[in-house]
Amino acid sequence: MSDRTLRGKTAIVGVGETTYYKHGQSPDPEFVLVLKAILAACEDAGIDAKEIDGFASYSNDRNEPTRIAAALGINDLRYSNMNWGGGGGGVAAAVGNAAAAVAVGLADCVVAFRGLAQGQFQRFGKAPPVTAVSGDPAYMSPYGVMSPLQKYAMRAMRFMHENKVDHSVLRAISMASYTHAQNNPRAVMYGRPLSEEKYDDSRWIAEPCRLFDCCQENDGAAAVIIVSAEKAKDMKQKPAYILGAAQGSDHRCGAPVMNASNFPSSSFASLAPRLYEMAGVGPKDVDVVQSYENFTIGVMMAVVEHGFCEPEECNEFFQLENLTAPGGKMPLNTSGGNLAECYMHGLGLQIEAVRQIRGDSPNQVPGADVALSIAGPMVHHVSTDILGSEATL
Amino acid sequence: MSETYLPEGLPAPVPMNDGLDKPYWDALLDGKIMVQRCADCGTWQWGPEWICHNCNSFNMEWTEVTGEGTIYSWERPWHPVHGALKDHGPYIVVLVELPDAGNVRMIGNLLGDPAQEVTIGAKVKAVIERHDGDQPYALVQWQVAD
Repeated sequence: MSDRTLRGKTAIVGVGETTYYKHGQSPDPEFVLVLKAILAACEDAGIDAKEIDGFASYSNDRNEPTRIAAALGINDLRYSNMNWGGGGGGVAAAVGNAAAAVAVGLADCVVAFRGLAQGQFQRFGKAPPVTAVSGDPAYMSPYGVMSPLQKYAMRAMRFMHENKVDHSVLRAISMASYTHAQNNPRAVMYGRPLSEEKYDDSRWIAEPCRLFDCCQENDGAAAVIIVSAEKAKDMKQKPAYILGAAQGSDHRCGAPVMNASNFPSSSFASLAPRLYEMAGVGPKDVDVVQSYENFTIGVMMAVVEHGFCEPEECNEFFQLENLTAPGGKMPLNTSGGNLAECYMHGLGLQIEAVRQIRGDSPNQVPGADVALSIAGPMVHHVSTDILGSEATL
Repeated sequence: MSETYLPEGLPAPVPMNDGLDKPYWDALLDGKIMVQRCADCGTWQWGPEWICHNCNSFNMEWTEVTGEGTIYSWERPWHPVHGALKDHGPYIVVLVELPDAGNVRMIGNLLGDPAQEVTIGAKVKAVIERHDGDQPYALVQWQVAD
């Protein structure tokens, strides 16, 4: 294998998150949430915050590394990185960018983070308060296509048409998240289970999606700390080694007015093979999957594009018993995910993948050695990473 | 029945400030639907961009299309995400392929009953919907072809 790989060179050694709130209900400003998540990750890793020397984030996070570094009193800020692209497509990319910086020596201890306080700022699910639009929105907003779901629903509608996918697929994905959340006291939907009837009776948001196909909008922050594999060995936590990370999308994915060449897609078609090649594993080796649910439709197509089932097999594959820990064929979103734990723009899913590798998930998959985390399906720049235990090196 | 498919008050389209798509919006007000075609290699392109994605020529031309299309995908939004849609109820958005323009896709609403069954592959015909006001503009809507 070429040495131009991330495989096994770095590890996530600390994870931190704030309390997760419903949108608009954080008692803290967004910047304070970010600081609290970073400090929590430092405590988890057993390091002083002043050891951090780099930052990576995504989706135009408002909390700039220079402000964080000044606030924390960091002596030598060596790396800061913003992954372009809105939405949560950059979660695994931020982890990968942090890992890459550590692997080549640009920095020694990089935190990948995301903070959201939508009470303080604009909500995702509401149209921006503007009276005129130009560029791509000019071809969508006047037709009532403004929210993320409205922008992505047609990708799934075409996929479901081509592959004769039943709505039970979307319901199973939603119920997997809610089922897992019932064992996770951190989950916003802890104590609020979802039944088939409740799902089926829920209102349409935009066909083909019902209410329970859509993620929450939350306030909070999360952070993960990445150091070299060599350093990770002697630290407080069992390391979750980064086996591979990949980002991007295929031909003209971002073409305006929904003219992507591969339209009925979650944008991972060219990325997944690159990821598996770097990680040295395939879908059959993956023990547990976290797949960012902006909407269940994106999970469906992303799971297919990562090779867990063929497009025409969706109806058989996406059954609740296949998707739940501990015994399912492909345990999915074992913390409750964006639907039922918290929508921390997907960083919570990275933390759950780390927990699975450490063996302390609230829905532990026995002996999980390989955890795959998918970020931001259907947006135009997506990412995925694969974490592994020491046994995978 | 109002003259427009969706209520007034949604964001109005304005040409990009670098001039890229002004010919499209101007032509629509004149009752013509134009998309881009590369003068060098003949590739059709939509939405607008300064350069041909096939041969990377900057020599893009605006070409009128017939307005005949095929429904490629669709959605029916119910939840109002904008104040202008409050209490309006569901509406249909279609993504339409234009077979006579290299199968580029355009977005519009499907005119008629918002509860109607939508068939992927159905033939549709463009209808230009004018919004006359201080800053007039026009939209391309679609109706099922007989």
